[in-house]
Amino acid sequence: MFHKTKVAVAAFAASTILASAALSADLVINFDDPNPGPKKGFEDAVAKFSAENPDINVIVNINDREAHKTAIRNFLSADAPDVTSWYPGNRMGPFVDAGLFEDVSDLWEEQGFGETLSAIKPTMTRDGKQWGVPYTYYQWGIYYRKDIFDNLGIEEPTTWDELLAASAKLKENGVTPFTIGTKFLWTAAGVFDYLNLRTNGYDVHNALTAGEIKYTDPRIKATFEKWQELVEPGYFIENHATMSWQDAVAPFANGEAAMYVMGNFSVDAYKNAGLTYDQIDYFQFPEITPGLPRAEEAPADAFFIPSGAKNKEDARKFLAFVARPDVQTEWNATIGQLPINSEATAGDDKFIQEGFATVSTAAGLAQFYDRDAPAEMAKAGMEGFQEFMIKPDRLDKILERLDKIQARVYK
Amino acid sequence: MADASTTLSASRKNTWFQRNRMTVTPWIFLAPAILFFVVYVIAPIFQSIWISFFEWDGLGEAEWVGLGNYVELLDDDRFYTSLINNVWWLVLFMLAVPAGLAVALFLNQTVTGMRIYKSMFFFPFVISQVVVGLIFTWFYNPNFGVVGIIWEFFGAAPPAILADEDLVTFGIIFAGLWPQIAYCMILYLTGLNNVSADQIEAGRLDGAKGWKMLWYVVIPQLKPATFIAVVVTVIGALRSFDMIAIMTQGGPYGSSNVLAYYMYETALSEYGFRMGYGSAIATVLFLIMLIYISYFLYRMYQDEKGGR
Repeated sequence: MFHKTKVAVAAFAASTILASAALSADLVINFDDPNPGPKKGFEDAVAKFSAENPDINVIVNINDREAHKTAIRNFLSADAPDVTSWYPGNRMGPFVDAGLFEDVSDLWEEQGFGETLSAIKPTMTRDGKQWGVPYTYYQWGIYYRKDIFDNLGIEEPTTWDELLAASAKLKENGVTPFTIGTKFLWTAAGVFDYLNLRTNGYDVHNALTAGEIKYTDPRIKATFEKWQELVEPGYFIENHATMSWQDAVAPFANGEAAMYVMGNFSVDAYKNAGLTYDQIDYFQFPEITPGLPRAEEAPADAFFIPSGAKNKEDARKFLAFVARPDVQTEWNATIGQLPINSEATAGDDKFIQEGFATVSTAAGLAQFYDRDAPAEMAKAGMEGFQEFMIKPDRLDKILERLDKIQARVYK
Repeated sequence: MADASTTLSASRKNTWFQRNRMTVTPWIFLAPAILFFVVYVIAPIFQSIWISFFEWDGLGEAEWVGLGNYVELLDDDRFYTSLINNVWWLVLFMLAVPAGLAVALFLNQTVTGMRIYKSMFFFPFVISQVVVGLIFTWFYNPNFGVVGIIWEFFGAAPPAILADEDLVTFGIIFAGLWPQIAYCMILYLTGLNNVSADQIEAGRLDGAKGWKMLWYVVIPQLKPATFIAVVVTVIGALRSFDMIAIMTQGGPYGSSNVLAYYMYETALSEYGFRMGYGSAIATVLFLIMLIYISYFLYRMYQDEKGGR
C-alpha cells in the first residue's frame, strides 16, 4: 500500500556517506499526494534537503490523499513517522487535543516564522501554540472560459450585479453560467464561503465556523438569499449532485458552462480536458456588500511532527527547511501553487500571478468551510448546502437542522 | 483374534479421553473455528455495544454518556431516513427470490450450451459489487447513460436518478438486485437438481401441470433452497453498503443512506470519527438483524428436529 522511495543522493553520497554512515540517522516522512506534480515538488525538495544534510537518511512514504486521511489516525499512535503532512485549522484539532502532534512554537520563535509565515500563523495556532509549518497554499476564485466571455462580449464581473448580468446573458445564449459537482459536497462549501465572505465578511465567517452565530442568523440568511439569486434562475448546471468536481470539468471544457468557483489546483484538470491558456482565465469572486474588506479562501498544506517521532531533532531541521524562501519558491513553482513565506517569489504562471495578487492583498484568509468548522458540523453543513442547491424552498428547515447540530457540536 | 479385540477394547476404556472420544472429538475439531468466531465476531459485538455508551473520537479519552447516543439517535433525521431506506431495501430486495426462481426454472432445461448460458446468468454475482455500482452509475447518468438515451428516445427529459432524493434509493436497490438475483438463481438451480423425478412423474399421472405442478410439487421440494435464498437476501439487504458507497456515498444530502453506511459515515469516514454514535447505530442494526436471524435459526432448529 505504501509507495516507498528511498531518496539516496547516490553519486555525490557514495564517497562522503560511507565515511559518516555510522552517524547517519533515519528521518521518516509521510506525504499525502502521489499525483505527478505534487510528488515531484516533494521529492525535489527532499533531494535538496538530503544533499544539504548528508548525515540524514531520509525515508519517504507517499500515500494516496484519501488513504492518508484514514491512515494518519493509526500511524500517529502506533508507528509514528518523524514528519507527516496534514492540514491546519480544525483539521489538526483532534490530533493536537489528543497530544499526537509536537508543539513547534520554539521553532517558530527561533526561525522568525511569525514574520515570514504570518499569513497562515492564525490557522497554525491552537491553544496559543504553533503545531506545524506550512509550505504551500492556493487561491480560490472564479475560473471562466475567456473565449465564451469574449464571444458574447462579457467583461470580468467585479460586482454582484455584473455577475448576475453576465450569468443572465450566458443563460440567454444557451450556456449555463456555473458548473459544479457536489457529489462530494465540499465544492458547494466553496460557493457558500465566498458568498458569505462577500456578503458578511471575514469575521462572520469565523464566528459561524467557531459556532458563535447561528445558521438562522439574519446575516447567514442574507447569504443564502444571494445564493438563491443564482439557484432560482438555474445558473448552476443540473445533476450536479451526481458529479465529482472532476466530472464537472467536462461541461466547462465543452462549453456548456462558462464559470467554475474552484481552487487553483483545478487548472491542471482544465488543461488535461483540452483547454488552452487562451481559453481560460480567472477573476476574483465579485464584491457583494460594497466597501467590505475583501477576504479570500486560501487553504494551506503543512508539515507536522508527531509526538511519537523518534528523530525530532532532524524533523525540526526539515520543518525549518520547508519554510525557507528558496525552497518554497522552487517547490511551489513545480506544483503551481503559492509559497507562504513572504520572502519567496511566486511562479510566473498567469494563474499563480493572479492568485498571488489576490491573496497577498486580501484582508483575511479563510482556510475553507470544512477546515474552519469542526468535522461533524462541516459534514452536516455541506449536506445542507447541497440540499439547498437542489431544494431551495427547504431553506428554513435546513437552517433549523443546522442550528440543532451546531448546538450539539459546540456544546 | 477374539483375545486381541478384547484387550483393545479394554485399553480403549482406560483413559478418560478414550472413553469420551465421541463427545470430545467434535469439540476439538470445532475449537479453532470457535476460537476465531469468539475473537473476531462475538467479542467485537459486545465491544461495540460497550463503545456505544461513550462519546469517543477514537483518539482521546472516551467520555461515558450512558444512553446519550441512543437519545440523540431518536432525534436524528438522518437516522430515520436510513431506517426507512433499510425497510425499502428489505422489502424490494425480496424480489430477488422469485426472480431468481424464475430464471432458474427457465435455465433448468437440457439444451446444448446450457452451461454457458447458466454461467452468463451467474456472472453478475461473480463480479465485484464495486464494479456493479460503477456500471449502474454510468447507466443512470442522464447525459451519456443508457437511461438517458432511452428517455430521450421517447422524447422525455431524462431523470437524474442518483441526484433525486425520491428515486435514488430505488435506483441503487435495482442495481443491487442484479447480482442478488444471480445468487438466488444459483441456489435454486442446485435445488432443482435434487427435485425428485418420481414425484414429478407421479404428479403428471395425477394430471398436474403448469402452475399447479410448480406450486404443489416443485416448490415444496425447493424449500431448503428458498430458506437459504431468503436468509442471504435479508442479510444482503441489511448490510447493503458497497453499492451506496460507490454510487452516491449516501447522497444527495443523506437521502440514500442506510444504517450500515450511516454507521460507517459517522464512525469512520473523513468527517466522522464519532465512534460512540457509530456504535449506537451499529447496535440498532444488529438488533434488527438479530430478530431475523433468531427467527430463521429457530425455524432451522425446528426443521432439523422434525427431520430426525
